[in-house]
Amino acid sequence: MADLTTDFLGIKSPNPFWLASAPPTDKEYNVRRAFEAGWGGVVWKTLGAEGPPVVNVNGPRYGVIYGADRRVMGINNIELITDRDLYTNLEEIKRVKADYPDRAVIVSIMVPCEEEAWKAILPLVEETGADGIELNFGCPHGMAERGMGSAVGQVPEYIEMVTRWCKQYYSKPVIVKLTPNITDIRKPAAAAMRGGADAVSLINTINSITSVNLDTMSPEPSIDGKGTHGGYCGPAVKPIAMSMVSEIARDPETHGLPISGIGGVTTWRDAAEYITMGCGNVQVCTAAMTYGFKIVQEMISGLSQWMDEKGHTSIQDFMGAAVPNTTDWQYLNLNYVAKAQINQDDCISCGRCYAACEDTSHQAIAMSEDRTFTVIDEECVACNLCVDVCPVEDCISMVALAPGTTDPRTGKVVEADYANWTTHPNNPSAQAAE
Amino acid sequence: MNSPFTPGIAAQRLDADALSENFADLHAPLTAHEAAVAADRCYFCHDAPCTTACPTDIDIPMFIRQIATDTPEAAAKTIFDMNILGGMCARVCPTEELCEQACVREMAEGKPVEIGRLQRFATDTVMEKGVMPFTRAEPTGKKVAVVGAGPAGLSCAHRLAMLGHDVTIYDAKDKAGGLNEFGIAAYKSTDDFAAKEVEWLCTIGGIEIKTGMALGAALKIDDLVGCFEAVFLSVGLGGVNALAIDGDDKDGVDDAVSFIEDLRQADDLAALPVGRNVVVIGGGMTAVDAAVQSKLLGADNVTIAYRRGRDAMSASRYEQDLAASSGVKLLFNVRPVEIHGNGTARAIELEYTETKGGSLVGTGEKIHLPADQVFRAIGQTLTTDGGLKLEGRKIAVSEAGRTSRSGVWAGGDCASGGDDLTVTAVAEGRDAAMDIHATLMEGA
Ligand SMILES: Cc1cc2nc3c(=O)[nH]c(=O)nc-3n(C[C@H](O)[C@H](O)[C@H](O)COP(=O)(O)OP(=O)(O)OC[C@H]3O[C@@H](n4cnc5c(N)ncnc54)[C@H](O)[C@@H]3O)c2cc1C
Ligand SMILES: Cc1cc2nc3c(=O)[nH]c(=O)nc-3n(C[C@H](O)[C@H](O)[C@H](O)COP(=O)(O)O)c2cc1C
Ligand code: SF4
Ligand code: SF4
Ligand code: SF4
Repeated sequence: MADLTTDFLGIKSPNPFWLASAPPTDKEYNVRRAFEAGWGGVVWKTLGAEGPPVVNVNGPRYGVIYGADRRVMGINNIELITDRDLYTNLEEIKRVKADYPDRAVIVSIMVPCEEEAWKAILPLVEETGADGIELNFGCPHGMAERGMGSAVGQVPEYIEMVTRWCKQYYSKPVIVKLTPNITDIRKPAAAAMRGGADAVSLINTINSITSVNLDTMSPEPSIDGKGTHGGYCGPAVKPIAMSMVSEIARDPETHGLPISGIGGVTTWRDAAEYITMGCGNVQVCTAAMTYGFKIVQEMISGLSQWMDEKGHTSIQDFMGAAVPNTTDWQYLNLNYVAKAQINQDDCISCGRCYAACEDTSHQAIAMSEDRTFTVIDEECVACNLCVDVCPVEDCISMVALAPGTTDPRTGKVVEADYANWTTHPNNPSAQAAE
Repeated sequence: MNSPFTPGIAAQRLDADALSENFADLHAPLTAHEAAVAADRCYFCHDAPCTTACPTDIDIPMFIRQIATDTPEAAAKTIFDMNILGGMCARVCPTEELCEQACVREMAEGKPVEIGRLQRFATDTVMEKGVMPFTRAEPTGKKVAVVGAGPAGLSCAHRLAMLGHDVTIYDAKDKAGGLNEFGIAAYKSTDDFAAKEVEWLCTIGGIEIKTGMALGAALKIDDLVGCFEAVFLSVGLGGVNALAIDGDDKDGVDDAVSFIEDLRQADDLAALPVGRNVVVIGGGMTAVDAAVQSKLLGADNVTIAYRRGRDAMSASRYEQDLAASSGVKLLFNVRPVEIHGNGTARAIELEYTETKGGSLVGTGEKIHLPADQVFRAIGQTLTTDGGLKLEGRKIAVSEAGRTSRSGVWAGGDCASGGDDLTVTAVAEGRDAAMDIHATLMEGA
C-alpha cells in the first residue's frame, strides 16, 4: 500500500492532510479529536499578542453559497483570530504536541508589525514544542483594519521584514501564509523567500460578500442590520488557489519553494491535484467545517487507492508532476485539433449541450425532431462547453483528430508538429522561423 | 407447453423468455451514472442513523462518500470491514426496515438514499475483479470448527481466517451458502451469486469447507470440542412447522422452503412444476417469496393466507406490496381448517379469525379456495441443538455468542436474540469470531 507519510520542511506527518488554522483547530478539545479521526497535522487557530484577546461578533459570522441540494460550495466568514487567552492556547498546544508526537502541530501567529511584538511571542511559541509556525498575513477582515493580516500580506516589504524577524527569533520552520487579495501572488511569495521563509502556504480567504438580504437590505451575514465583507473559502475557491499555487511553483524565482496548498480541498482528489501542482501537503478548513473531522478517512483511502493504481509509492513520486505541464497560453499547441463527440447510448436528450452551443458558442450541435443531438464537425471548435454542461459524466467526450486527417471546419490537414502562437502567422510579433 | 390455466400442478406454464424476465434482478444494478447521482444525495450525517440501523454497523456515509469520490473499491473495503457478505446483504436486506428507513432523507422527503443499491455497486466492483481486500494475519496455529456454511458461519469463518486461525466448516448439504444458496428468492440473488460469493470469501485462505457432513450424524459435538480449540454453531433452522390440520398430508401440500430450494437449484425453471391455484399459509418473508415465485413461474391464482391482520405480518409492507404487484392476493385474518381433495389437494378451507381477549379465535365463517398446491410457511424450527441450553426454541447465547458450553459459540438463526435475517447472521458470526479470537489468544 502507498506510503502517505510526508516530510514537509523536516516536519513529519502520517499523511499530507492538515487542518488549516481556523475554528477546527481552535482548541485542544477539537485538535485531539481531529488527531483521533486521522488528521496528519494541524495549524493551530491564529494566536494574537499577549493581552486581552480580540472579540468576535455575537451574531452570525458565516454566509454561504450553495450548489444543488444545498451542497455547501463556499462559505464566507467574518471571524477574527483566536478570541481565547494566549497562555491558555499555548498550554493546550504544548499538551497536545506532547501527546501526539507523530502529528504535525504548527502555530499560526498574527501580531502587530513591530519587531518587539514578534520578539515577545516567538519564544513562548518555541516553548510549546510545536513543529513550526505559520505567519498569518492573510485574514481579509477585522485584523487588516488594525494593520495586521492581509494589510501586511499585501505589502511584500513587510512580509520580508516580518519573516526575517521570525527566522531570527525562532529556530524551527517558518511558513508564510499568503493572502489571495492581491494582484500578483508571486510578489509576496518572493518576498517571503527573501525573508528566509521555509515555505509558503496559500490561500487564505478571499474578500467576499455572499449575498444581500433583500428585505433588510443588508449584506449577509448580517449583524443587527449591517454586514461587512468577509473571507471566502470552500470548494468554490479551489480554482483560484490552484492557479496561485501554480504561479509560485512555476516562477523561476520561487520555483522549489515548499508550498502548503490551501483552498477548497474537499476530497482526496483535490489534495492529489494540489500536490501535483507542487504542494508538499494540503490544509483543509471548510470541508471539515461542513462534514466533520471524519472526512479525512475518505481522503486517506482515496489518495492511497489512487496512488496504488498509479504505482506511486510515496507522495514525493507525483509531487509537482503537473507543474511542467502548466504553461502560458502562448505555448499551447495550436496544431492540436479536437471535436466533441456525443455518445448516443449515454445521452438522455436533455438538450443542455444544444442550448449552450446554439445560443452562446458555435452552433455546432444539431437537434433532430426526435431529440437526437449530434455534433456538427464542420462547426465544432472543441470549446468544451457542451462537455461542461452535460449532466451525464463522460457522455460527451473530446476526441483529438489524428494528424493527417482534415479538419472539416477549416478544411486544413491536421499537422503532427507542435506549433504555438509565438510563431503563428497571425501574430504580429511572431518570429519567422529561419 | 402448458399455460397458467393448465389444471393441477404442471411445469412449463411460461416460455423461457417470460421466465428469464420474471426471474431477473429485482433491483437492477446501478450504472456508474446512477450511482453518482444516488451517492450525491447522501448528507454524510454525523453519527449516522442509517449506520445505527444496520445490524453490522457499516459506515454508510463513508462508503457512499467513497463512491461519490470515484473510489468504489475503497467503499467496498469500508463495507467488508464490517460485513464480509456485504454483497449478498446489498441484495437481500430489507433496507426499507433497516438503513433506508432510518435515512434522514426518508424523513425529509420520503425518499431515502438508495443505500442497498449503492452498497451493491461498490461490492460488485470489487468482487467482479476477484479482489479480496484483506490478507490473513500470521497463522496462529489455532483450529476452529464452524458448523453450518450459511451467512453466520461464513462470516465467522472469514473473520477467524483473517485473524490467522485455521477454520474448517462442516455443512450437512452438498453445497455451502446456507439459505443464501437455498432460500433467498431467486430474483434477489441472480447469476449464481451465492456460490460466487462463497468462493470469493474463501480466497482469504485458511478456510476449508467440508460438505455432506451433518452434526448429529457422523459428526459429534464432543468430537469437535475435542479436536478444535473452538466450535461455532450456525446450523440455522432446518425444520419446518407443520400445519396440524386435516389433509396436511395430501399430494400438493409442501413446505415453502423445499419449493424455494428446488427453485433455487433448478437448472431449468421451465421444468419446475407449479399449481394453477396456489395457496401459501404464513405471513413472513418465506410466505411472500414462495407466493411471488409461484406467480412468476406461471401460477394462475396465488393467495397468501395469513391468520392475523396486515400489521402483524412479519413481511414488511414493501414485501407485501411486492407480492401484490406481482399479482399475489393477500388474504388476512384467515386460518386453514382443512385441505380437501381425493389424495391430491384440490381446495383449502379457511376460517376467518378475530382476536378476542388477546387470543386468536375463529369466527365460524369459512371460505373455500381452489388449491392444487398448498405451501406451509409458518416458521422454521431448530433441528440441531448440540445438547446446549436453549432459550425459547433457540440455542441460548450471550451477546458475544457464547453458549452454555465452554469452547462452543453459536450465532445466526439457530441462536437466541436478533432478527432472523441474513445481515443479523453476519453480524453474529463476526462478533462471535472476535470473541473466539480474544479467547484463543488470551495469554498468547
Ligand atoms: C425463504 C427464505 C427467504 C428469506 N429471505 C430473506 C431475505 O430476503 N433477506 C434476509 O435478510 N433474510 C432472509 N431470510 C432469512 C435468512 O436467510 C436467514 O436469517 C439466514 O440465512 C440465517 O443464516 P444462518 O447462517 O444462521 O443459517 P442458514 O442460512 O440457515 O445456514 C445454516 C447452514 O447450516 C447447515 N446445517 C443445518 N443443520 C446442520 C447440521 N446438523 N450439521 C451441519 N450443517 C447443518 C445448513 O445446511 C445450512 O447451510 C430468508 C429465509 C428464508 C427461509
Ligand atoms: C471561520 C474561519 C476562520 C478562519 N480563521 C483563520 C485564522 O484564524 N487564521 C488563518 O490563517 N486562516 C483562517 N482561516 C482561513 C483558513 O485557514 C483557510 O485558509 C481557508 O478557509 C481556505 O481553506 P478551505 O477552502 O479549506 O476552507 C479561517 C477560515 C474560516 C472559514
Ligand atoms: S452551529 Fe452551533 S454555535 Fe453555531 S449557530 Fe448553530 S448551534 Fe450555535
Ligand atoms: S447535454 Fe448531454 S445528455 Fe443532454 S442532450 Fe446533450 S449530450 Fe445528451
Ligand atoms: S442517513 Fe441517509 S443521508 Fe444520512 S448518512 Fe445515512 S444514507 Fe446518508
